[in-house]
Amino acid sequence: MKVLVAVKRVVDYNVKVRAKADGSDVDLNNVKMAINPFCEIAVEEAVRLKEAGIATEVIAVSVGAKACQEQIRTALALGADRGIQVETEGAVEPLVVAKLLKAIVDKEQPQLVILGKQSIDGDNNQTGQMLGALANMPQGTFASEIVVDGDKLNVTREVDGGLQTVSLNLPAIVTTDLRLNEPRYASLPNIMKAKKKQLDVYSPADLGVSVTSHLTQVKVEPPAERKAGIKVADVDQLVDKLKNEAKVI
Amino acid sequence: MSTLVIAEHDNSSLKTATLNAVAAAQVMGADIDILVAGADCGGAAAAAAAVPGVGKVLVADNAAYAHQLAENVSLLIAEVAAGYDNIIAPATSNCKNTMPRVAALLDVAQISEITSVVSADTFQRPIYAGNVIATVQSTDAKKVITVRTTAYDAAPAEGGSATIEALDAVHDAGLSAFVGEEVAVSDRPELTSAKIVISGGRGMQNGENFKLLDGIADKLGAAIGASRAAVDAGFVPNDYQVGQTGKIVAPDLYIAVGISGAIQHLAGMKDSKVIVAINKDEDAPIFQVADYGLVADLFNALPELEAKL
Repeated sequence: MKVLVAVKRVVDYNVKVRAKADGSDVDLNNVKMAINPFCEIAVEEAVRLKEAGIATEVIAVSVGAKACQEQIRTALALGADRGIQVETEGAVEPLVVAKLLKAIVDKEQPQLVILGKQSIDGDNNQTGQMLGALANMPQGTFASEIVVDGDKLNVTREVDGGLQTVSLNLPAIVTTDLRLNEPRYASLPNIMKAKKKQLDVYSPADLGVSVTSHLTQVKVEPPAERKAGIKVADVDQLVDKLKNEAKVI
Repeated sequence: MSTLVIAEHDNSSLKTATLNAVAAAQVMGADIDILVAGADCGGAAAAAAAVPGVGKVLVADNAAYAHQLAENVSLLIAEVAAGYDNIIAPATSNCKNTMPRVAALLDVAQISEITSVVSADTFQRPIYAGNVIATVQSTDAKKVITVRTTAYDAAPAEGGSATIEALDAVHDAGLSAFVGEEVAVSDRPELTSAKIVISGGRGMQNGENFKLLDGIADKLGAAIGASRAAVDAGFVPNDYQVGQTGKIVAPDLYIAVGISGAIQHLAGMKDSKVIVAINKDEDAPIFQVADYGLVADLFNALPELEAKL
């Protein structure tokens, strides 16, 4: 089966992001960018399906400015076969990304689309589900295990209070949670090989999708600071404070 | 203006998260109806009707909605949404699964995990793991919103008498089926609704040592959580995880043991009323948010704490 995997270029997860002084946006000048960690898990899962002989081709797609080709190349170095970039400018909302991905799904007809459950910048947790609705495909979100079973896909999902397993008709959407797998590191020879792999670029107009925004970011600001309290000397003082000062036990 | 609140429930009863979403809906000041979709969900519907300030409870009771399969429930919500200006749901794993499908079916944006209602079309929500709070304005006529439950105190559960209206619509997309579930069975309260939470981090060193938290949790009636580092290290299952990518909690008392205080963890617990940190590293960032910090080896401090409670 053909597997489409979506990747997003985001701030590296180790970077502590701050709002700009004028509150217009976050300050992303000269910060390290990387593939979104959940997307990396998605790529790894797709590559494992290929190694298991289940996937025949893995296509990595990203929506974003030209710089996101770097993350597509990362996916190619991890084992994806070819890449697609949908070139957009500025911030693109999940609904628009889902529409663009839907157009790629129509073009490529994958049996499985794997996405990260959320990106660590916008923290929206929407795109996979929206794509599911637009493409009329079932979804296994927050997946911790996926098993292809004939024309069905069994997905074990991380839900409040435990795990849920659902059976989905193929083609289907999967969004990854942390425990689905542990992504590999790309080897140097594979990084070199990735540079030669095919990477097609489309514009939203090529795909017949209009990039309209439904939301405006009015401002960004740092969260309310929580004041540091006191250090207690020992367990006795801690218990005393909790009982008599905070009155929480 | 009218608001439809999507109920989080287990068919027999309403989950508190629904009341958090109702509280957010009340801030918006619109007429509020509640939708209960489930199977044999009369108990949950009756509980929803008892919530004060609710006009109608719409009940879709059908096997197709038994396990909250997003493919089916989203079709139902999108249909019912026709009569409402706002569709508001708590950001539980069910609603996070379903609501973006609803938004896409309605061709509107979803505003995820709001923590504040600024005006009828403007909301605040944390981004970048809570490092930044964004204020966003929606231009959609119909708004699909999920609510970070810890940002709103639960609305009262009793005293109302809403009318209950059965919906006949049955949407079975035929795309997915429920296979099974493994619900963690515990005598302890649920992490997200517990009044007291005690969490362990990488400093616990292994899963066996999490037993040191058991006695304290038993004495305090607390839920047990963990940092992502402890989950990634395999000490405890993922459903223990407190943090931006795990559960968001805001108990009266949060005790962080052997947790350094990575931003990803802080995002999940910094709205707790009182925070205690026990860590042997006095420079650990967790102390910057703790009301009471104890610099100590947890392997000495925990047994002593258990004995003295």
